[in-house]
Amino acid sequence: MRAFLNLSLAMARGLARDRAAVFFTLIFPLMFLMLFGALFKDQGVGKSDIVQVGSVKVLDGMPDKERAGLRDILEIEKTDGSAAARREALEKVRKGDADAAVFQRDGKVELRYSAADQVRSGTVRGVLNSIVQQANQRATGQPPAFALQTGAVEDETTKPIQYLTPGLLGWAVAMGGVFGSAFNLVSWRRKRILRRLWLAPISARSVVGARIGVNLITAFAQTAIFLAVASLPYYGLTLTGDWWLCLPLVVCGTLAFMSIGLLVGSFAKTEEAANGMAQLVILPMAFLSGTFFPLDNAPGWIRTVSEFLPLKHLASAMQDVLTRGESWGTALPVMGGLLLFAAVLTAIAARVFRWDAA
Amino acid sequence: MSNAITADGLRKRYGETQAVDGVSLEVQRGEFYGILGPNGAGKTTTMELLEGLREPDEGTAHLLGTPSWPRDPALLRRIGVQLQASAFFERLTAREQIRTFAALYGIEESHADGMLETVGLAEKADTREDKLSGGQAQRLSIACALVHDPELVFLDEPTTGLDPQARRNLWDLLRTINSSGRTVVLTTHYMDEAETLCDRVAVMDHGKVLRVGPPRSLVQELEVDTLEDVFLQLTGREYRE
Ligand SMILES: Nc1ncnc2c1ncn2[C@@H]1O[C@H](COP(=O)(O)OP(=O)(O)OP(=O)(O)O)[C@@H](O)[C@H]1O
Ligand SMILES: [Mg+2]
Repeated sequence: MRAFLNLSLAMARGLARDRAAVFFTLIFPLMFLMLFGALFKDQGVGKSDIVQVGSVKVLDGMPDKERAGLRDILEIEKTDGSAAARREALEKVRKGDADAAVFQRDGKVELRYSAADQVRSGTVRGVLNSIVQQANQRATGQPPAFALQTGAVEDETTKPIQYLTPGLLGWAVAMGGVFGSAFNLVSWRRKRILRRLWLAPISARSVVGARIGVNLITAFAQTAIFLAVASLPYYGLTLTGDWWLCLPLVVCGTLAFMSIGLLVGSFAKTEEAANGMAQLVILPMAFLSGTFFPLDNAPGWIRTVSEFLPLKHLASAMQDVLTRGESWGTALPVMGGLLLFAAVLTAIAARVFRWDAA
Repeated sequence: MSNAITADGLRKRYGETQAVDGVSLEVQRGEFYGILGPNGAGKTTTMELLEGLREPDEGTAHLLGTPSWPRDPALLRRIGVQLQASAFFERLTAREQIRTFAALYGIEESHADGMLETVGLAEKADTREDKLSGGQAQRLSIACALVHDPELVFLDEPTTGLDPQARRNLWDLLRTINSSGRTVVLTTHYMDEAETLCDRVAVMDHGKVLRVGPPRSLVQELEVDTLEDVFLQLTGREYRE
């Protein structure tokens, strides 16, 4: 037991003193969380900028009350009605400096918008449409027979931080697992520590166990930091019921990704090669698993591929237990799958394992 | 009582190279045994086969009456090994290294610190492994091999890279260990070292043992002046690639 603890301590010290490793396992994923969390914080479509070229009756004749109501969603910039001003306005739209240009020609209100941002142009179209409708109504002098009141649902589960946190945490755990075991294996082989340990009366189980222990502690640290930062009022993560189920999920995920690292480390001859190969595995998997953004709008084949990726299942199970109020029912099958994955890959890695660099 | 080492017909091939080609040797308990030979003669590979670090293609090796292959943790407790190229845990200081090794054998930390002092590294105890000089790393490697008071010690070129003081100190240490009844096997390229330390030496080349005997007897048998002459006469004068 003392041998096991001391070996774990030696590994933990070596890891903690490796600045690059600390950065990439703890700080780097956290930076993503903080950055994405801030970027997507108010993801609702904000104000739209439109350029009004010359006089447009429906806009100029808007009652003050209606104008005040639009202040939060529409910013109108007025220019003179010359042909040059119109060209300039259209150029602005093309460049994305303005969201739309509006002008009046032969009694018709014309709206020009860019197709690049469909959400934005849809909003502008809708707003302009309703302005025109209301102007029409005023012209008929009749009170509206039907009115549709709209408003976005400010639902907790739709807040970006609610899916960013589990996804990015899954990615962080995956990186920690793959890099932790791949790097460790390669550098211990190159520095002949594997050989030296072979000559000490310690079981392979203790060596592997110590490494897993160190990785698990790192993963728990990642989880604690992630949840703490995301729960700050600024980001506003709210956890649901059995959120602590993320801990056993993190354990199973760590084992699954360490087994990938073991396989990478068995093939790679140098640390650089291990780094490259690990990146090659992790980065595409992170995108295809929807850890950075949801895959709801992705093509069908991508969603099919993602079903085979352990990170997809880890990330969605994490989301289910952390922010969607799910419990054992969703977590257990995923844990089982991850453990099975780890067992298969470890068995393969054991077959291609090499003691020596040569 | 069984021999410290009994090796019988050891062979090991690396691709095209027959690194060890039928080595048989016997080392008595309490003996100080040297393995000599030119670069690439197969000394390190022979040691590795004896230690049970590699599986021989053919032949067997018994240490203290126990086969060294397959790996046997109970036997590993009783032997100490210093590899030709030192192997340390990454980014640990000298003291942390030797304490970790001590813990693997269930040895007290205070004993580990004492060992560090014995090899003259007390001042460098807080220096990280990659910041030690070549000779200091070599001494730490030896200290790690000896920390658990092994009955049988393998040292692969222990004095390479050491300054004269450290070399003499190590000789004294090895003599002390040996005089307390422990068996020491070492390889070296210094003939004076082999002559002063070893009870018997084996001269190897091309993976084979050419001759075994006490240094003095070998000098007499071949009717030359020094062990170095013995070496050159047995292995030839031309350079090795
Ligand atoms: N891991 C290995 N893979 C392939 N060939 C090897 C390996 N280790 C040793 N050899 C080859 O086996 C032969 C014997 O090597 P060995 O290291 O045993 O020599 P040595 O007597 O210890 O030499 P030195 O005095 O230089 O330490 C050499 O030709 C070497 O190239
Ligand atoms: Mg050698």
